[in-house]
Amino acid sequence: MPANRPTLDERLEMHRRMLVTRRIEERLGEMHKAGQTRGPIHRCDGQEAVGVGATAALEQRDYVTTTHRGHAVYIGKGLDPRRVVAEIFGRETGYGAGRAGHMLVADASRGMIGGNAIVGGSIPAATGMALSIQILREERVAMAVFGDGAAQTGICHESMNMAGLWKLPVIFLLEHNEYGLTVHHTAQSAVPELHVRAAGYGMPGVQVDGNDAVAVFQAVADARARALRGEGPTLIEARTYRVEGFSTSDMGGYQRQEDIDRWKARDPLLVSRAVLGEEADAARIAAVEKDAEETVAAAFEAALSDPLPEFAPHAPSAPYANAGGGC
Amino acid sequence: MAIMRYAEALNAALREEMERDPTVFVFGEDIATYGGVFKVTAGLAEAFGDRVRDTPISEQALTAMAVTAAMTGTKPVLEIMYADFMPLTLDALINQASIYNYIWDGQVTMPFVLRTQGGGGVGTGAQHAKSLDSLVAHIPGIKVVAPVTPADAKGLLLAAIRDPHPVVVLEHKLLYNTRGEVPDDQGPVEIGRARTVHEGSDVSIFATSRMVLEAEKAADALAGDGISAEVIDLRTLRPLDLGAITASVAKTNHAVVVNEDWGFCGYAAELSATIMDHAFDDLDAPVERVAALDMPIPYSQPLEEVVIPNADRIAAAARRALA
Ligand SMILES: Cc1ncc(C[n+]2csc(CCOP(=O)(O)OP(=O)(O)O)c2C)c(N)n1
Repeated sequence: MPANRPTLDERLEMHRRMLVTRRIEERLGEMHKAGQTRGPIHRCDGQEAVGVGATAALEQRDYVTTTHRGHAVYIGKGLDPRRVVAEIFGRETGYGAGRAGHMLVADASRGMIGGNAIVGGSIPAATGMALSIQILREERVAMAVFGDGAAQTGICHESMNMAGLWKLPVIFLLEHNEYGLTVHHTAQSAVPELHVRAAGYGMPGVQVDGNDAVAVFQAVADARARALRGEGPTLIEARTYRVEGFSTSDMGGYQRQEDIDRWKARDPLLVSRAVLGEEADAARIAAVEKDAEETVAAAFEAALSDPLPEFAPHAPSAPYANAGGGC
Repeated sequence: MAIMRYAEALNAALREEMERDPTVFVFGEDIATYGGVFKVTAGLAEAFGDRVRDTPISEQALTAMAVTAAMTGTKPVLEIMYADFMPLTLDALINQASIYNYIWDGQVTMPFVLRTQGGGGVGTGAQHAKSLDSLVAHIPGIKVVAPVTPADAKGLLLAAIRDPHPVVVLEHKLLYNTRGEVPDDQGPVEIGRARTVHEGSDVSIFATSRMVLEAEKAADALAGDGISAEVIDLRTLRPLDLGAITASVAKTNHAVVVNEDWGFCGYAAELSATIMDHAFDDLDAPVERVAALDMPIPYSQPLEEVVIPNADRIAAAARRALA
């Protein structure tokens, strides 16, 4: 069996994490409607296979940085759903003690550093981590998750050029969900297929079905192995679709219903269950699904009763704490 | 005690830190093979291999990469060739470097140094002569130092590299060839401490970077008129040595602030407001500000000389304060 083939246990775990993410998203959507969330929340319903499949192919020591739409990556990288939800609700028990919010979650102990809400920001971020890995001669990789919108930034070009030039151990995972805000990718990019750009940076470009967690896992596992062999970066374009709006405050109206329907028929959870059904017995799948439901229910219950933080000026670790004159 | 050029003192700091700490690495445009446009990194590539890297001309990505390299176990020292290119680094400074330690509740530190040089005086024109001190000193979470002497150049760069937080080191193109004594055992100079260049009793002149040298000249001219000026080199633009500032104003009751960045919304404005906030009762006259004129830095010598502050303008400001 090739090393990039996830085991049945790994696939069951991916299925569970995708379902955890889906239920978190749905609950956030309901709570937004009820006026119980703050700020925009970017859901990734229908795209869970990208974040979860990709992070499942990484080790805990590998670094990952993601976008403003990072819930599947957080859960995929093994973060505690309760602390993710707590951060979203600004609680002291959240990963940033309520300072970060849903777009910027980080758990350094798991290499999740972190969500990044500046479009394109995750791309040089992972490239810099990979530079540090190379300087320190460490056995790990860095992965940037970014959107098709982010692929149009100048910093994307600078980063990929350096990564290709220096053969940095970095994986560029382009989550192509067809939209940047409300604008279709055909109105943003001169080329519809973005993996072709890899050729300009001296790295392989591959395209995968972004609704198939196993396909994403395999592409990332191959790219990881390549990076560890010192052969440099890979650009993976995972094709998927944003079935919900840009954020919870998006009024919609610019996406074609037939597109949404077509992609919903290929929902990553349906794809995953169909494949699992060929190998795992129904009771095992049901147990995993039940666990996911219970995990999310417990996460919300605990997080929502966790305390809100007390304000303190920039903590003692902060730059100005010991210097004369404050400021 | 050795006499060193400012550029050599910076080189010595980089060399010592790279020898002492294998996680320190240096990168930027032209810095490896060529040794840097101002020769600050000369010889380092030979000594330290791939820890000294020539980069593509990609300031935005380089700065963002330094941020995450710094979070993941290395201590990057990035050279941005001219301060005028700092606008390209600002997303990384404002939206990345300065926030992570705080928003992630101390999970990461950021031992990242950005070295750059600014200032006018040699006809480098409107895109290569600015001081953009206010732009970086504005950002909470970033420290900004501006050494004037070779000893401080070494000491403050050592301190910057060892600091767990991002530090911008503002050098000045007219200082690289200046010489001064650097103690053989010159260690880090504490960030956040001003240096009294010489004491005086009538007026305090608070200056930054090369303007300290102009302030010294102004003090000499004022001495000819029987005016005793105290010259203080702030050394650290942020955090500010408030104690040194208030103590000096308490003694002289008159203050002049001098900075080479633009005046409007500039660093000198912040300094004068700070003095008003903390030493108003000790002032016998309004704080006098000396800064670059609010316009692009022109190329031709007689034009550039008018725009950039100098000893004459500083002395005139001191006389106004005392009038
Ligand atoms: C530099 C920058 N410009 C604009 C925005 C506003 N913005 C937030 S998300 C977004 C669209 C991003 O599209 P894409 O990268 O495809 O990610 P997706 O939302 O589709 O997941 C924009 C323009 C931003 N956050 N940062």
